[in-house]
Amino acid sequence: MNIHKIADHLNALGDNSATGMTFDCQPISGEVDVLQITIAEREELPIFVSVTDDQILCITYLWGEDEVKPETRSSMQESMLEMNIPMPLSSFSKIGDKYVIFGALSISSSFDDIEHELAVLSNNAIEVIDDMSEFLI
Amino acid sequence: MSIFKKIMTAIRGGASEIGENIVDANATRIFEQEIRDAEHHLTKAKRDLTGVMAQQMSANREVDRLKREIAEHEGYAMQAMDKGDETLALAVAEKISNLESELSTQQQALDSFSGNADRLKELVKKSERQVAEYKRQLSMVKTTESVQKATSAITDNFSSSNSKLLNAKDSLERIKAKQQKFDDQMKAAELLESEDSDNSLKAQLKAAGIGDSDSSANSVLERLKAKKKS
Repeated sequence: MNIHKIADHLNALGDNSATGMTFDCQPISGEVDVLQITIAEREELPIFVSVTDDQILCITYLWGEDEVKPETRSSMQESMLEMNIPMPLSSFSKIGDKYVIFGALSISSSFDDIEHELAVLSNNAIEVIDDMSEFLI
Repeated sequence: MSIFKKIMTAIRGGASEIGENIVDANATRIFEQEIRDAEHHLTKAKRDLTGVMAQQMSANREVDRLKREIAEHEGYAMQAMDKGDETLALAVAEKISNLESELSTQQQALDSFSGNADRLKELVKKSERQVAEYKRQLSMVKTTESVQKATSAITDNFSSSNSKLLNAKDSLERIKAKQQKFDDQMKAAELLESEDSDNSLKAQLKAAGIGDSDSSANSVLERLKAKKKS
Protein backbone atom coordinates (compact mmCIF):
# COMPACT_ATOMS: atom_id res chain seq x y z
CA MET A 1 0.00 0.00 0.00
CA ASN A 2 1.26 3.50 -0.82
CA ILE A 3 -0.31 6.95 -0.97
CA HIS A 4 -0.65 6.87 -4.76
CA LYS A 5 -2.73 3.70 -4.70
CA ILE A 6 -4.91 5.26 -1.98
CA ALA A 7 -5.26 8.47 -4.02
CA ASP A 8 -6.18 6.59 -7.20
CA HIS A 9 -8.77 4.54 -5.38
CA LEU A 10 -10.41 7.47 -3.56
CA ASN A 11 -10.44 9.72 -6.63
CA ALA A 12 -12.00 6.93 -8.69
CA LEU A 13 -14.78 6.51 -6.14
CA GLY A 14 -16.32 9.87 -7.05
CA ASP A 15 -19.80 10.15 -5.57
CA ASN A 16 -20.12 6.40 -5.19
CA SER A 17 -18.29 5.95 -1.90
CA ALA A 18 -19.81 3.58 0.63
CA THR A 19 -19.64 6.36 3.24
CA GLY A 20 -21.45 8.90 1.04
CA MET A 21 -18.44 11.24 1.28
CA THR A 22 -16.59 12.65 -1.71
CA PHE A 23 -12.82 12.57 -1.31
CA ASP A 24 -10.29 14.73 -3.11
CA CYS A 25 -6.65 13.69 -2.90
CA GLN A 26 -3.62 15.88 -3.37
CA PRO A 27 -0.13 14.41 -2.92
CA ILE A 28 2.35 16.67 -1.12
CA SER A 29 5.95 15.95 -1.93
CA GLY A 30 8.69 16.08 0.64
CA GLU A 31 11.15 13.76 2.34
CA VAL A 32 8.14 11.60 3.15
CA ASP A 33 5.21 11.40 0.73
CA VAL A 34 2.04 12.75 2.26
CA LEU A 35 -1.45 12.63 0.82
CA GLN A 36 -3.74 15.53 1.64
CA ILE A 37 -7.32 14.32 1.55
CA THR A 38 -10.18 16.79 1.62
CA ILE A 39 -13.77 15.71 2.00
CA ALA A 40 -16.42 17.70 0.15
CA GLU A 41 -18.16 20.27 2.42
CA ARG A 42 -15.42 19.72 5.02
CA GLU A 43 -12.49 21.33 3.21
CA GLU A 44 -11.40 23.14 6.40
CA LEU A 45 -10.39 19.88 8.08
CA PRO A 46 -8.12 17.98 5.70
CA ILE A 47 -6.73 14.56 6.57
CA PHE A 48 -3.05 13.89 6.00
CA VAL A 49 -2.08 10.31 5.18
CA SER A 50 1.43 8.91 5.22
CA VAL A 51 2.59 5.33 4.84
CA THR A 52 5.51 3.86 6.79
CA ASP A 53 7.06 0.37 6.69
CA ASP A 54 4.36 -1.19 8.79
CA GLN A 55 1.47 1.25 9.09
CA ILE A 56 -0.76 3.80 7.43
CA LEU A 57 -1.13 6.98 9.48
CA CYS A 58 -4.11 9.29 9.02
CA ILE A 59 -3.84 12.61 10.85
CA THR A 60 -6.17 15.59 11.22
CA TYR A 61 -5.01 18.79 12.89
CA LEU A 62 -7.46 20.01 15.50
CA TRP A 63 -6.12 23.21 17.05
CA GLY A 64 -2.91 24.87 18.15
CA GLU A 65 -1.72 25.44 21.67
CA ASP A 66 -2.45 29.17 21.11
CA GLU A 67 -6.17 28.43 20.67
CA VAL A 68 -6.46 26.79 24.09
CA LYS A 69 -7.79 28.82 27.03
CA PRO A 70 -4.72 28.60 29.31
CA GLU A 71 -6.74 28.06 32.48
CA THR A 72 -8.55 25.04 30.98
CA ARG A 73 -5.47 23.43 29.42
CA SER A 74 -5.01 20.61 31.91
CA SER A 75 -8.72 19.72 32.09
CA MET A 76 -8.79 19.69 28.27
CA GLN A 77 -5.84 17.30 28.19
CA GLU A 78 -7.45 15.11 30.82
CA SER A 79 -10.69 15.00 28.81
CA MET A 80 -8.67 13.97 25.75
CA LEU A 81 -7.00 11.14 27.66
CA GLU A 82 -10.34 9.98 28.99
CA MET A 83 -11.95 10.10 25.54
CA ASN A 84 -9.12 8.21 23.82
CA ILE A 85 -10.69 4.80 24.40
CA PRO A 86 -14.39 5.63 23.83
CA MET A 87 -13.65 7.50 20.58
CA PRO A 88 -14.00 4.94 17.77
CA LEU A 89 -10.83 4.18 15.75
CA SER A 90 -9.16 7.54 16.39
CA SER A 91 -6.85 8.72 19.17
CA PHE A 92 -5.59 12.10 20.33
CA SER A 93 -2.01 13.15 19.98
CA LYS A 94 0.14 16.25 19.71
CA ILE A 95 2.61 17.16 17.00
CA GLY A 96 4.75 20.17 17.87
CA ASP A 97 2.32 22.74 19.26
CA LYS A 98 -0.71 21.29 17.45
CA TYR A 99 -3.25 18.89 18.90
CA VAL A 100 -4.30 16.21 16.43
CA ILE A 101 -6.47 13.16 16.14
CA PHE A 102 -5.16 10.24 14.19
CA GLY A 103 -5.83 6.67 13.22
CA ALA A 104 -3.18 4.05 12.46
CA LEU A 105 -3.97 1.15 10.14
CA SER A 106 -2.01 -1.96 9.28
CA ILE A 107 -0.11 -1.70 6.00
CA SER A 108 -2.17 -4.66 4.76
CA SER A 109 -5.54 -2.87 5.22
CA SER A 110 -8.06 -2.97 2.38
CA PHE A 111 -9.30 0.11 0.50
CA ASP A 112 -12.65 -0.30 2.27
CA ASP A 113 -10.88 -0.22 5.65
CA ILE A 114 -9.04 2.95 4.66
CA GLU A 115 -12.19 4.68 3.39
CA HIS A 116 -14.00 3.73 6.60
CA GLU A 117 -11.10 5.02 8.69
CA LEU A 118 -11.10 8.39 6.89
CA ALA A 119 -14.86 8.83 7.26
CA VAL A 120 -14.77 7.99 10.98
CA LEU A 121 -11.75 10.24 11.52
CA SER A 122 -13.50 13.17 9.84
CA ASN A 123 -16.68 12.66 11.86
CA ASN A 124 -14.65 12.35 15.07
CA ALA A 125 -12.72 15.56 14.30
CA ILE A 126 -15.88 17.62 13.79
CA GLU A 127 -17.50 16.20 16.89
CA VAL A 128 -14.38 16.74 19.00
CA ILE A 129 -14.05 20.41 18.00
CA ASP A 130 -17.75 20.95 18.66
CA ASP A 131 -17.73 19.24 22.04
CA MET A 132 -14.41 20.63 23.24
CA SER A 133 -14.94 24.20 22.07
CA GLU A 134 -15.50 25.20 25.70
CA PHE A 135 -11.73 24.81 26.15
CA LEU A 136 -10.92 26.95 23.13
CA ILE A 137 -10.56 30.69 22.73
CA MET B 1 17.78 4.06 27.96
CA SER B 2 14.81 2.48 26.22
CA ILE B 3 13.81 3.70 22.76
CA PHE B 4 10.45 4.84 24.15
CA LYS B 5 12.15 7.00 26.77
CA LYS B 6 14.65 8.32 24.19
CA ILE B 7 11.89 9.43 21.83
CA MET B 8 9.92 10.95 24.71
CA THR B 9 12.95 12.88 25.96
CA ALA B 10 13.85 14.07 22.46
CA ILE B 11 10.29 15.32 21.77
CA ARG B 12 10.01 17.04 25.15
CA GLY B 13 13.45 18.56 24.62
CA GLY B 14 12.20 20.25 21.46
CA ALA B 15 13.84 17.96 18.91
CA SER B 16 10.51 18.15 17.12
CA GLU B 17 11.87 21.29 15.46
CA ILE B 18 11.84 20.83 11.72
CA GLY B 19 15.03 19.38 10.31
CA GLU B 20 16.22 17.90 13.56
CA ASN B 21 16.18 14.15 13.92
CA ILE B 22 14.96 12.29 16.97
CA VAL B 23 17.64 9.65 16.67
CA ASP B 24 20.45 10.41 14.31
CA ALA B 25 20.02 8.82 10.89
CA ASN B 26 23.33 6.98 11.15
CA ALA B 27 22.24 5.33 14.40
CA THR B 28 19.02 4.20 12.72
CA ARG B 29 21.00 2.65 9.87
CA ILE B 30 23.28 0.86 12.33
CA PHE B 31 20.23 -0.39 14.20
CA GLU B 32 18.69 -1.69 10.95
CA GLN B 33 21.98 -3.43 10.15
CA GLU B 34 21.97 -5.02 13.60
CA ILE B 35 18.49 -6.36 13.01
CA ARG B 36 19.54 -7.80 9.65
CA ASP B 37 22.60 -9.41 11.31
CA ALA B 38 20.44 -10.86 14.06
CA GLU B 39 18.05 -12.26 11.44
CA HIS B 40 21.01 -13.73 9.57
CA HIS B 41 22.29 -15.40 12.74
CA LEU B 42 18.83 -16.69 13.41
CA THR B 43 18.66 -18.34 10.00
CA LYS B 44 22.07 -19.94 10.61
CA ALA B 45 21.04 -21.13 14.09
CA LYS B 46 17.92 -22.72 12.59
CA ARG B 47 20.04 -24.51 9.98
CA ASP B 48 22.44 -25.73 12.70
CA LEU B 49 19.49 -26.91 14.73
CA THR B 50 18.19 -28.97 11.81
CA GLY B 51 21.62 -30.63 11.47
CA VAL B 52 21.89 -31.40 15.20
CA MET B 53 18.35 -32.78 15.29
CA ALA B 54 19.18 -35.10 12.38
CA GLN B 55 22.28 -36.34 14.26
CA GLN B 56 20.16 -36.75 17.39
CA MET B 57 17.64 -38.91 15.52
CA SER B 58 20.34 -41.06 13.98
CA ALA B 59 22.08 -41.56 17.38
CA ASN B 60 18.73 -42.44 18.86
CA ARG B 61 18.16 -45.13 16.22
CA GLU B 62 21.67 -46.50 16.83
CA VAL B 63 21.07 -46.70 20.61
CA ASP B 64 17.81 -48.56 20.01
CA ARG B 65 19.49 -50.97 17.65
CA LEU B 66 22.32 -51.71 20.13
CA LYS B 67 19.85 -52.26 22.96
CA ARG B 68 17.87 -54.69 20.81
CA GLU B 69 21.06 -56.53 19.83
CA ILE B 70 22.25 -56.77 23.43
CA ALA B 71 18.90 -58.24 24.52
CA GLU B 72 19.07 -60.66 21.60
CA HIS B 73 22.59 -61.82 22.52
CA GLU B 74 21.68 -62.15 26.17
CA GLY B 75 19.06 -64.63 25.01
CA TYR B 76 21.68 -66.53 23.00
CA ALA B 77 24.07 -66.68 26.00
CA MET B 78 21.27 -68.10 28.18
CA GLN B 79 20.50 -70.72 25.59
CA ALA B 80 24.19 -71.70 25.31
CA MET B 81 24.43 -71.99 29.10
CA ASP B 82 21.24 -74.09 29.13
CA LYS B 83 22.95 -76.42 26.71
CA GLY B 84 26.05 -76.49 28.95
CA ASP B 85 28.23 -74.95 26.22
CA GLU B 86 30.34 -72.62 28.39
CA THR B 87 32.77 -71.77 25.58
CA LEU B 88 29.99 -70.58 23.30
CA ALA B 89 28.35 -68.72 26.21
CA LEU B 90 31.66 -66.95 26.89
CA ALA B 91 32.03 -65.97 23.21
CA VAL B 92 28.51 -64.50 23.24
CA ALA B 93 29.24 -62.72 26.53
CA GLU B 94 32.30 -61.13 24.93
CA LYS B 95 30.17 -59.93 22.04
CA ILE B 96 27.66 -58.48 24.56
CA SER B 97 30.46 -56.68 26.36
CA ASN B 98 31.60 -55.12 23.05
CA LEU B 99 28.03 -54.10 22.25
CA GLU B 100 27.65 -52.53 25.69
CA SER B 101 30.73 -50.40 25.32
CA GLU B 102 29.48 -49.31 21.87
CA LEU B 103 26.10 -48.52 23.43
CA SER B 104 27.71 -46.39 26.11
CA THR B 105 29.59 -44.40 23.46
CA GLN B 106 26.43 -43.92 21.38
CA GLN B 107 24.43 -42.97 24.46
CA GLN B 108 26.98 -40.30 25.32
CA ALA B 109 26.79 -38.96 21.77
CA LEU B 110 22.98 -38.95 21.92
CA ASP B 111 23.01 -37.09 25.25
CA SER B 112 25.39 -34.52 23.82
CA PHE B 113 23.26 -34.04 20.64
CA SER B 114 20.09 -33.73 22.73
CA GLY B 115 21.77 -31.14 24.94
CA ASN B 116 22.94 -29.18 21.91
CA ALA B 117 19.51 -29.34 20.28
CA ASP B 118 17.83 -28.06 23.44
CA ARG B 119 20.32 -25.23 23.75
CA LEU B 120 19.91 -24.26 20.09
CA LYS B 121 16.12 -24.35 20.35
CA GLU B 122 16.29 -22.04 23.34
CA LEU B 123 18.70 -19.75 21.48
CA VAL B 124 16.45 -19.61 18.40
CA LYS B 125 13.44 -18.75 20.55
CA LYS B 126 15.37 -16.06 22.39
CA SER B 127 16.76 -14.60 19.15
CA GLU B 128 13.31 -14.53 17.57
CA ARG B 129 11.93 -12.61 20.53
CA GLN B 130 14.91 -10.25 20.41
CA VAL B 131 14.48 -9.56 16.68
CA ALA B 132 10.75 -8.88 17.16
CA GLU B 133 11.58 -6.48 19.98
CA TYR B 134 14.24 -4.68 17.88
CA LYS B 135 11.73 -4.35 15.06
CA ARG B 136 9.12 -2.84 17.39
CA GLN B 137 11.66 -0.30 18.63
CA LEU B 138 12.83 0.51 15.10
CA SER B 139 9.21 0.99 14.05
CA MET B 140 8.79 3.57 16.85
CA VAL B 141 11.85 5.51 15.72
CA LYS B 142 10.91 5.38 12.04
CA THR B 143 7.29 6.38 12.70
CA THR B 144 8.42 9.34 14.79
CA GLU B 145 10.78 10.41 12.01
CA SER B 146 8.17 9.88 9.35
CA VAL B 147 5.62 12.00 11.23
CA GLN B 148 8.21 14.76 11.64
CA LYS B 149 9.08 14.71 7.97
CA ALA B 150 5.42 14.56 7.00
CA THR B 151 4.72 17.53 9.29
CA SER B 152 7.47 19.55 7.70
CA ALA B 153 6.16 18.65 4.20
CA ILE B 154 2.65 19.75 5.25
CA THR B 155 3.95 22.97 6.80
CA ASP B 156 6.03 23.77 3.70
CA ASN B 157 3.04 23.11 1.49
CA PHE B 158 0.86 25.47 3.48
CA SER B 159 3.40 28.28 3.53
CA SER B 160 4.10 27.93 -0.21
CA SER B 161 0.40 28.01 -1.10
CA ASN B 162 -0.09 31.07 1.15
CA SER B 163 -2.93 29.32 2.92
CA LYS B 164 -2.89 28.37 6.53
CA LEU B 165 -4.65 25.99 8.82
CA LEU B 166 -7.70 27.78 10.12
CA ASN B 167 -8.57 28.25 13.71
CA ALA B 168 -10.57 25.20 14.87
CA LYS B 169 -13.72 27.07 15.84
CA ASP B 170 -13.80 28.98 12.53
CA SER B 171 -13.35 25.74 10.61
CA LEU B 172 -16.19 24.14 12.51
CA GLU B 173 -18.47 27.14 11.92
CA ARG B 174 -17.77 27.08 8.20
CA ILE B 175 -18.38 23.34 7.98
CA LYS B 176 -21.60 23.69 9.95
CA ALA B 177 -22.73 26.58 7.71
CA LYS B 178 -22.11 24.44 4.65
CA GLN B 179 -24.01 21.59 6.24
CA GLN B 180 -26.86 23.99 7.10
CA LYS B 181 -26.94 25.29 3.53
CA PHE B 182 -27.04 21.74 2.25
CA ASP B 183 -29.86 20.85 4.67
CA ASP B 184 -31.80 23.98 3.67
CA GLN B 185 -31.44 23.08 0.02
CA MET B 186 -32.68 19.60 0.74
CA LYS B 187 -35.67 21.01 2.62
CA ALA B 188 -36.44 23.49 -0.14
CA ALA B 189 -36.29 20.73 -2.69
CA GLU B 190 -38.63 18.61 -0.59
CA LEU B 191 -41.03 21.55 -0.16
CA LEU B 192 -41.03 22.23 -3.86
CA GLU B 193 -41.71 18.61 -4.58
CA SER B 194 -44.62 18.48 -2.12
CA GLU B 195 -46.09 21.70 -3.58
CA ASP B 196 -45.85 20.20 -7.01
CA SER B 197 -47.70 17.13 -5.84
CA ASP B 198 -50.33 19.37 -4.09
CA ASN B 199 -50.97 21.18 -7.33
CA SER B 200 -51.29 18.06 -9.35
CA LEU B 201 -53.71 16.64 -6.76
CA LYS B 202 -55.86 19.79 -6.98
CA ALA B 203 -55.89 19.50 -10.73
CA GLN B 204 -57.02 15.90 -10.53
CA LEU B 205 -59.81 16.80 -8.07
CA LYS B 206 -60.97 19.64 -10.28
CA ALA B 207 -61.06 17.38 -13.29
CA ALA B 208 -63.23 15.00 -11.30
CA GLY B 209 -65.55 17.91 -10.32
CA ILE B 210 -64.59 17.70 -6.64
CA GLY B 211 -63.54 20.65 -4.45
CA ASP B 212 -63.50 24.31 -5.48
CA SER B 213 -65.00 24.80 -8.89
CA ASP B 214 -64.74 27.94 -10.96
CA SER B 215 -67.45 30.43 -10.28
CA SER B 216 -69.78 30.05 -13.14
CA ALA B 217 -72.54 32.46 -14.22
CA ASN B 218 -75.07 30.10 -12.69
CA SER B 219 -73.46 30.13 -9.29
CA VAL B 220 -73.24 33.94 -9.33
CA LEU B 221 -76.92 34.16 -10.21
CA GLU B 222 -77.80 31.74 -7.40
CA ARG B 223 -75.90 33.87 -4.95
CA LEU B 224 -77.63 37.06 -6.05
CA LYS B 225 -81.02 35.40 -5.77
CA ALA B 226 -80.26 34.33 -2.24
CA LYS B 227 -79.22 37.89 -1.36
CA LYS B 228 -82.44 39.37 -2.74
CA LYS B 229 -84.60 37.01 -0.68
CA SER B 230 -82.98 37.98 2.57
